[in-house]
Amino acid sequence: MANRKKIKSRKKAEKIKPKKVDISAPKEEKNRLNISAIEEGTVIDHIPTDATFKVAGILDLENHKSIVSVATNLQSKSIGKKGIVKVAGKFLTPDEVNKIAIVAPDATVNIIKNYSVKEKIKVKSPDVIDNVVKCSNPVCITNSEHVRTKFYVVRKDPLRIKCHYCERSMGKEDIKII
Amino acid sequence: MDFKNRDIISINDFSKEELLYILKVTRQMEQKPKDSLLRGRIMAALFFEPSTRTRLSFVSAMKQLGGKVIGFSNANVTSVQKGESLWDTIKMTSQYADLIVIRNPLEGSARLAAEASHVPVINAGDGSNQHPTQTLLDIYTILKTKGTLENLKVGFVGDLKYGRTVHSLVIALSHFNPTFYFIAPDELQIPESYLDELFQKKVKYFKTSDLSRFSREIDILYVTRIQKERFPDPLEYEKFKGIYRIDDKFLENVRKDLSIMHALPRVDEIDKSVDNTPYAIYFEQAGNGIPVRKALLALVLGRIK
Repeated sequence: MANRKKIKSRKKAEKIKPKKVDISAPKEEKNRLNISAIEEGTVIDHIPTDATFKVAGILDLENHKSIVSVATNLQSKSIGKKGIVKVAGKFLTPDEVNKIAIVAPDATVNIIKNYSVKEKIKVKSPDVIDNVVKCSNPVCITNSEHVRTKFYVVRKDPLRIKCHYCERSMGKEDIKII
Repeated sequence: MDFKNRDIISINDFSKEELLYILKVTRQMEQKPKDSLLRGRIMAALFFEPSTRTRLSFVSAMKQLGGKVIGFSNANVTSVQKGESLWDTIKMTSQYADLIVIRNPLEGSARLAAEASHVPVINAGDGSNQHPTQTLLDIYTILKTKGTLENLKVGFVGDLKYGRTVHSLVIALSHFNPTFYFIAPDELQIPESYLDELFQKKVKYFKTSDLSRFSREIDILYVTRIQKERFPDPLEYEKFKGIYRIDDKFLENVRKDLSIMHALPRVDEIDKSVDNTPYAIYFEQAGNGIPVRKALLALVLGRIK
């Protein structure tokens, strides 16, 4: 008897259709990035997707103690796909901005104070890159002696730079930040 | 034009006018040698890697002008063995001499030496990068042989990838509206960066692996050795050694006024039978190292203005 009752109630349960509940965000919100705003710090926007983690590396964010958000493959009207890096409690030095310009020439650096953008800096590719890039030529003197490296930008797009010492030129794919 | 205290590091540092001025002084040095022009001056010859022609011709040029020479031709006998940096070696040497001539296998070493030194530095070869005095003697040889540097058709054959003499000569001649023929297997062809530069300068060039293809058009054929020491992999070297050979048979199909150059040493790329033909100018080319280096020594020491 008891078994029959159990089977009946199970069949009844199977008949109950679940109610449709839309738990996703409103349609217009779906494509928006859901990263919390920062009170003070820096947001680097318009980073080419393949350079997003390089920017994080340049800023040594692995060892940063406050909130860091890194997002990549986001839709961008201007550059197709882009990356964004948000760092709480950090303001970039000119040296760091110069380094970012080499891997992300179209990036913008937003300085955030009290949850709002206080300054927007468009990075500029420098004509001379001073002690930022490691020469890819293994027999360049800069890889044997303790020397500040120096490169001249021979072409900005696509980036091509030439070592001041060994005169070897290298493209974006060979660029390694010191 | 004042060259006093100027470093001679890369052919890229010189304008067309400066190159022509150096060649003019070279001619003066050849025609009217001045025995005591550099009396009391000391040249430090720092050769960190082997050299015959370059070192001997620098030493000979300095001595012929009445100067003295100190230095070494083997880095193993120096404090570099104890770990002394190039920077410190040059800082120290520049206290002992009026100018420094340096050969070092590390690329960019001469530029760094010039930054460390307070006396002028002449690059006698920094790895596969630059060898500006070789280039100056090459263009001096061409000028002497052809009477002009303008509008020449110049072929380069052999190792165009690692051959620094080729790279520098291409840059120097590109001031003079040349046409270039780069003859090499794909693996040893001239680096793309040089072709980019030629394209920007609107210099006409052809690339081929076939030595005979343009043989009737070329005014000057610059032959290079396949440099064993520049190959990271010895098997790669074996693949390419002896790939091109200039011999009597090749000379049957060339212009009558073709000039054959080679920076030497050669291995087997030019047959000995070519040496006594009017085409061969490579020994004369080596001889031109003396007046060119005399000119440079006198210019950077401010003895000729």
